[in-house]
Amino acid sequence: MALKYDDVVAKYEPTLGLEVHVELNTNTKMFCGCSTEFGAEPNTQTCPVCLGLPGSLPVVNEVAIESAIKIGLALNCSIAPFSRFARKNYFYPDMPKDYQISQYDEPICVNGYLDVEIDTDEGVKVFRVEIERVHMEEDTGKSLHVGGATGRIHGAEYSLLDYNRAGIPLMEIVTKMVPGTGKYAPQVARAYVTELRDILRSLGVSDVKMEQGSLRCDANVSLSPMGSGKLGTRSETKNVNSLRSVERAIHGEMIRQGNRLENGERIIQETRHFLEESGETRPGRSKETAEDYRYFQEPDLVPVAPDAGWIEEIRKTLPEKPSIHRKRLQEQWSVPDKEMAAMVNAELLDTVEATVNLGADPTKARSWWLGEVSRLANEKDVAPTELMTPAQVAEIIALIAAGELTDKLARHVVEGVVNGEGTPAQVIEKRGLKVVSDDSALMSAIEAAIAAQPDTAERVRSGNIPAAGALIGAVMKATGGQADAARVRELLLNHLGQGN
Amino acid sequence: MTNIFKSAQEMSSALVAKEVSAVDLANEHFDRIEKVDGDVHAFLHLDKEGALAQARDVDAKRAAGEKLSPLAGVPLALKDVLTQKGIPTTCGSKMLENWRPPYDSTVVTRLKAAGVVILGKTNMDEFAMGSSTENSAYGPTHNPWDLSRIPGGSGGGSSAALAAFEAPLAIGTDTGGSIRQPAAVTGTVGVKPTYGAVSRYGLVAFSSSLDQAGPCARTVLDTALLHEVIAGHDPKDSSSINAPVPSVVAAAKKLDVKGMKIGVIKELGGDGFQKGVSERFNEALEELVKAGAEIVEVSCPNFEYALAAYYLIAPSEASSNLARFDSMRYGLRVGDDGSHGAEEVMSLTRQAGFGKEVKRRIILGTYALSSGYYDAYYGSAQKVRTLIMRDYEAAFAKADVLVSPTAPTTAFKIGEKADDPVAMYLNDIATIPVNMAGIGGMSLPCGLASEDNLPVGFQIMTPAMKDDLMYQVGGTLEAALNSKWGSPLMSQAPALGAK
Ligand SMILES: [Zn+2]
Repeated sequence: MALKYDDVVAKYEPTLGLEVHVELNTNTKMFCGCSTEFGAEPNTQTCPVCLGLPGSLPVVNEVAIESAIKIGLALNCSIAPFSRFARKNYFYPDMPKDYQISQYDEPICVNGYLDVEIDTDEGVKVFRVEIERVHMEEDTGKSLHVGGATGRIHGAEYSLLDYNRAGIPLMEIVTKMVPGTGKYAPQVARAYVTELRDILRSLGVSDVKMEQGSLRCDANVSLSPMGSGKLGTRSETKNVNSLRSVERAIHGEMIRQGNRLENGERIIQETRHFLEESGETRPGRSKETAEDYRYFQEPDLVPVAPDAGWIEEIRKTLPEKPSIHRKRLQEQWSVPDKEMAAMVNAELLDTVEATVNLGADPTKARSWWLGEVSRLANEKDVAPTELMTPAQVAEIIALIAAGELTDKLARHVVEGVVNGEGTPAQVIEKRGLKVVSDDSALMSAIEAAIAAQPDTAERVRSGNIPAAGALIGAVMKATGGQADAARVRELLLNHLGQGN
Repeated sequence: MTNIFKSAQEMSSALVAKEVSAVDLANEHFDRIEKVDGDVHAFLHLDKEGALAQARDVDAKRAAGEKLSPLAGVPLALKDVLTQKGIPTTCGSKMLENWRPPYDSTVVTRLKAAGVVILGKTNMDEFAMGSSTENSAYGPTHNPWDLSRIPGGSGGGSSAALAAFEAPLAIGTDTGGSIRQPAAVTGTVGVKPTYGAVSRYGLVAFSSSLDQAGPCARTVLDTALLHEVIAGHDPKDSSSINAPVPSVVAAAKKLDVKGMKIGVIKELGGDGFQKGVSERFNEALEELVKAGAEIVEVSCPNFEYALAAYYLIAPSEASSNLARFDSMRYGLRVGDDGSHGAEEVMSLTRQAGFGKEVKRRIILGTYALSSGYYDAYYGSAQKVRTLIMRDYEAAFAKADVLVSPTAPTTAFKIGEKADDPVAMYLNDIATIPVNMAGIGGMSLPCGLASEDNLPVGFQIMTPAMKDDLMYQVGGTLEAALNSKWGSPLMSQAPALGAK
């Protein structure tokens, strides 16, 4: 009988380990002056250095060092006064020099931590994820395997190599082993990567786009029998490419390992790949022996020795931590926990904040983004931010506040903007979506409605206020929905002697 | 055909006086190369078109009255390990037979800017690994003093070109003695500057922490003139020294060593050194004493381990530096017939493209860096390196410069040591410690050994960034010896080429 997740966590204690690779958004590569822009024609952003041509030499990008220090400080690390680069030697066609320049035993940042909050059965709980190191390295090129069924190198007819990515600065952020997360391990993993991503974004050091590969996560997990205190053998799931997948990969891997252990099978220390469709992992290419990278100090580079004064300067420029920033916004906007969480989960907090910063009411901004815009985005299977800008939403909210649009009209405007009919103002103009605010025009519609339904009007006159609904509906219909229903009601009731 | 036997400095004067044009001077050298290089085989590639274009440009500028660098219009031979845009750069290997680099090394950029006329690329041991130039994939170079003998290595092409009067200036590179040992066995002058004095950008790496390009010529002053052209800080090389270049030309002209303390390294002499080598070396010391210097003996006990440590560090770095020759982006490709995968093509290419000595060192280095062996080999070798630096520090506390014979023997016969790598490695016993410590070293001729009438080299070592001192001592010694002999040693070299 196969164990389910709940059975697994009842019998086994997971230990997590997370390695996150982040591409920095420096203008130039780690060791040369080539552009790092994403999406250029293959091999157009290369030079002798990043192609590893004979005789070329690397020179460290200062901005990348600064970014590494920012990241280290934001993750509560100590910044090494002296760190070095090493060579990691292995042969692969997308590695121009057949070694990668990377930090090895002397990384730039060590011993930090990141606290994440998880909604547990006992309320919100803080888990501390300790960080072992943050180190700098260069990215590899990309291989495109043509022909063959799998898109992998084996069975391919031929392969194409693009070295535009080769040499882009990468930061590797490695946690220490994270024990004690129990059944929340998958959520802790996700929350950690999410928080890390938000920090990196707030620092402005990376685009942190998982789908473009600028943030990649390798998730490790092992299980040990509850209370045994013995560490189990871990597996490493490579290149998990969304936050949701991080959570699912750990979850799936815990079930797989739990069942193997239950059947008395051994866990093999191996690299695995995450399968989006099933939420399971499959083994990567198995290696007979451990890879020997023959690390040694990179003789072409001098040690990185940042000045203590410079580090303090950088510390002063660090932005507010995303967690603190969130708390501050929640207080300022008086948002309940649940709705705050919804905004964060939908990844719309920054967008809502930007909308509020343009003058919109926080509650309105939140409800438009999470409501109508998200609904349309869902239909089209895109992100809400791809449909509208904070400025457009703020403009619409302002028009409602000024009484120039009703909520209903505003939804038409949103639809128009989303369909590419132009700015809110242009959509209003083209579709003629103005509120009928002219009282005399409304009065004639009201009179016409009363004339058409004299019995209903009489009931209202005699005090049956709810009956007014039918008349209001008729007026709204007659004005094509462009009237302000509240104003219609007010005028109607006054007219029928029920005002005040 | 009278200009080719001049020094570079004399050629420069003739150019300035418009007694000869740069174009004519280049053509005289190409004629000489045509006449003798069939026997010597110093060059792998000649760039007549580029050289003459540069010479014409210099002549035009001179005619227009532009201020030119002292070496403008003077020809030079470039070791085939430095990139020159569009010109084959083979490193003496089949691996790069048809590779034309798309960029200039910094050394070449500076030579071009100074108006130096680059005649072509010179032969070398494959990827600079060797002491005889026999490891070139394109056949050996012959010593102009005796064509049956080696011209030293790895830069035997450059030293032979100088000794054969095919060029008055040459560029070499020195990882364990590849400038100085060839200079010693060909009766020429070669300098390995302080590590970081000359940019390594565009120098195809053998052992990055030891490699250093340097100037070669037939006189100390010519070497100094070239030194000032190629040295200086380069932002493209992180290991490049960011400090002013010492005034080596002025130092070469000083001709004064009064009161200087000259330390003779006890461990670099005696047993294992050819008798004739020791004799000439001691006579040179006497000349320095006559010139007013004081000789002191110093001991460097850790030099004993230098060779062993070198043959761990250099191959280790080489195993990584040479990994890039995998056929994927440039150079040789073998087995690309659709029946082999990428990994097999890499393997077949490296099997076919590298020579025996290169493979030996790659295997040695790969082994030394392997996990489980790193500490015992690479780690220990790095410790020896530190000890060698300390030995030098202690010795330089007692002496301004240190001296030794450059090589233990004169030029040996081609083929004589080809099957005995250790005997071959011993050629560099006196030059390797300099690279290990990153200091400067010069070799200049101090006469012919009595047994074989072949040139003997005198090595001068100076503390890091004090390269001017070796030019000062070398210039003084050269002048004293020339006046003793009545003419430079090169005037005794046999005539070359069929009449
Ligand atoms: Zn580049």
